[in-house]
Amino acid sequence: MSKQTALYSEHLHAGARMVDFAGWLMPLHYGSQLNEHLQVRKSSGMFDVSHMTVIDVQGDGATDYLRRLIANDVARLKSPGMAQYGALLNTSGGIIDDLIVYRRPQDYRLVVNAGTRNKVLDWINLELNEFALISPGAVQVTEEPLSMIAVQGPRAIDHFASVTGVQGLAEMPPFTMLERDDWLIARTGYTGEQGVEVILPDTDAVALWRDLAEVGVAPIGLGARDTLRLEAGLNLYGQDMDESTSPFISNIGWTVAWKPEDRMFIGREALEAQRKAGVQQKLTGLVLLEKGVVRHDCEVHTDAGIGVVTSGIFSPTLGYSIALARVPVAAQGDCEVVIRNRRLSARLVKPPFVRNGEKVFT
Amino acid sequence: MSETPTELKYASTHEWARLEEDGQVTIGITDHAQNALGDVVYVELPELDQQVNAGEEAGVVESVKAASDIYAPVSGVVTAINERLEDAPETVNQDPFGDGWFYRIEPDDVADLEDLLSAEGYLEVCEDDEH
Repeated sequence: MSKQTALYSEHLHAGARMVDFAGWLMPLHYGSQLNEHLQVRKSSGMFDVSHMTVIDVQGDGATDYLRRLIANDVARLKSPGMAQYGALLNTSGGIIDDLIVYRRPQDYRLVVNAGTRNKVLDWINLELNEFALISPGAVQVTEEPLSMIAVQGPRAIDHFASVTGVQGLAEMPPFTMLERDDWLIARTGYTGEQGVEVILPDTDAVALWRDLAEVGVAPIGLGARDTLRLEAGLNLYGQDMDESTSPFISNIGWTVAWKPEDRMFIGREALEAQRKAGVQQKLTGLVLLEKGVVRHDCEVHTDAGIGVVTSGIFSPTLGYSIALARVPVAAQGDCEVVIRNRRLSARLVKPPFVRNGEKVFT
Repeated sequence: MSETPTELKYASTHEWARLEEDGQVTIGITDHAQNALGDVVYVELPELDQQVNAGEEAGVVESVKAASDIYAPVSGVVTAINERLEDAPETVNQDPFGDGWFYRIEPDDVADLEDLLSAEGYLEVCEDDEH
């Protein structure tokens, strides 16, 4: 039986086509995925992302515990209100999940994927038990049953401010957040546009959703969420990266905090060994130069060898097909991609493809 | 709700076929099909003068979701393709039984159309799909 978010009836009301996603009934689209995509690029849209998992980590040992658990370093969050993207690695350096950590005055709030919830909680608890052997009772982990709404697009912050009265968000840098009562309002997102992600109680979520709809913020489904994030060059866990891929070959090597050198985060030894041995692949962008649509699993032929497409879409903003592909590390420039047994011309580019509504790659 | 005009013939693979006055057959995909596919972003059509065979692949529709093969509902030689779809593939979503047609053939045997489904028969297939 699939779970429903607090906004389930709002989706039905708006004519959503609902699909099962990671055990949740979620809106795929509300009529036209293309229109929803363009709405976010040109104005503003709202996404129900309540299926994502919210985990609070508190206690005297929380910082030390998370500095071991996560490859990025939460000690770099100098003050409450700062946020950070990072990865949980296994001991081989493979990615268990990607996540955002928000530092609050009293604790750290982690947001992880819906599809990885069970394995991440298992991993967190396993490590917690290890940690408790040294520092008993120093860390408490709680999953919070909260809703989450992302409001994204050039007009998103204006619209959000107009219905909530929360000012100053536009001046806040990306990856910062503020709290108002029991709402966490963060300048984060998954679209490459301005906007906020709001973590809030279920009843408030319904009211906020309705208020935003009233000022013209369109509901956006998972379909457009996927094309928006790919244009923004952002990975999807389980598709562009997983436990068999390291951050090095997943285009998120920058999230690994190597200094201080004595911080022994999980996966560090494996990554250091890989780095020493030489990294063979990279995850990069690909643009199709002919008509057609590149999809997941298409083969890529480059001068440096063969690679594979991890995510491919028709880009509504650009009007042609784009993809993320894992290719030999030396590969660049012109290449060919195999679609239905035909080799089509393509080019490797550095993602992102689109930021703030505009093409950004060269 | 999906439309299903009664004057057309249908394949269970969601193509429609219309016998024109000059004996040619126009082919497209159904409203039900375009609705299930979502926004169409690219259509690969057969080539002019190409022989297509009933039940065999005759092209591909790419939507925002996925690529789907299209099959020829009857056999024949391609006499026209809808060039409009090259620049405006969304026409398939907007007018699947009209401006969103795919291609036209000179059928090998007009009687082959009788092997296809009526609107009623096709609707039953769609219902089975949903269950």
